[in-house]
Amino acid sequence: MSFKNISEIAGSAMAAQSVRLNTIASNLANADSVAGTEAETYRARKPVFAAVMNDGPDGMNSAGGKVQVLDVVQSDEPLRQVYEPGNPMANAEGMVFYPNVNQVAEMTDMMSASRAFETNVEVLGRIRTMQQSLLKLGEG
Amino acid sequence: MGINFKDAAGVHADALALRAERTRILAANIANENTPGFQAQDMDFSATLANVQAVGNGDLGDGGDSALMYRVPYHPTRDGNTVEIGVEQAAFSQNATDFATSLTFVNMRLKGLAKAINGQ
Repeated sequence: MSFKNISEIAGSAMAAQSVRLNTIASNLANADSVAGTEAETYRARKPVFAAVMNDGPDGMNSAGGKVQVLDVVQSDEPLRQVYEPGNPMANAEGMVFYPNVNQVAEMTDMMSASRAFETNVEVLGRIRTMQQSLLKLGEG
Repeated sequence: MGINFKDAAGVHADALALRAERTRILAANIANENTPGFQAQDMDFSATLANVQAVGNGDLGDGGDSALMYRVPYHPTRDGNTVEIGVEQAAFSQNATDFATSLTFVNMRLKGLAKAINGQ
């Protein structure tokens, strides 16, 4: 009856959702960071989640215990070009590049990430209650 | 006339250990809610409990691992993740309540034994 494993699973999920919120915050903050060339412009970042393959000591080959963030990848969506000749960052044709951040999508993603985070906090709280009640077995 | 503690606790001692194992499986489902391609799993509790009781030595064995089955989702998803958070939350909540129920029964039995030992 190992509750330590369950705490680790919930903890890993909370960490992964924090990384996700981190990237969302970064995207929203940089939504208007223009640049003169495509290579220099900020691109929206997204984390890649994966389940940790678990080769437990008792031979338990259960996939999908903890979750990890494999990588943070940049989006390949096309950048937005705007004609702003007065902008100091504009290139020779007077065009600037805006990041490919979809602010509505980021806000929805943020709501989903915080809800997932809260669910895992709830799981952690429940496990703590279960462990505490186990400790009270046999008490007056 | 000795007291057999294992028999005294009855089915609920095994049920308690199995509930804890099922909590782990459900927590893993909830943790991987956003993982692409993840298949939600669960165990058939009554069948696994019957197996553990049939073995009868108090050991969970593979802990119900061979009885792990995949959950059939209500809706298909684009990234292949079959975790539906409402379903998992309901199962987790019910499992926690059942754990508390088994715990209460074990506790009652232990207190009854204590009273018998004290001669009340």
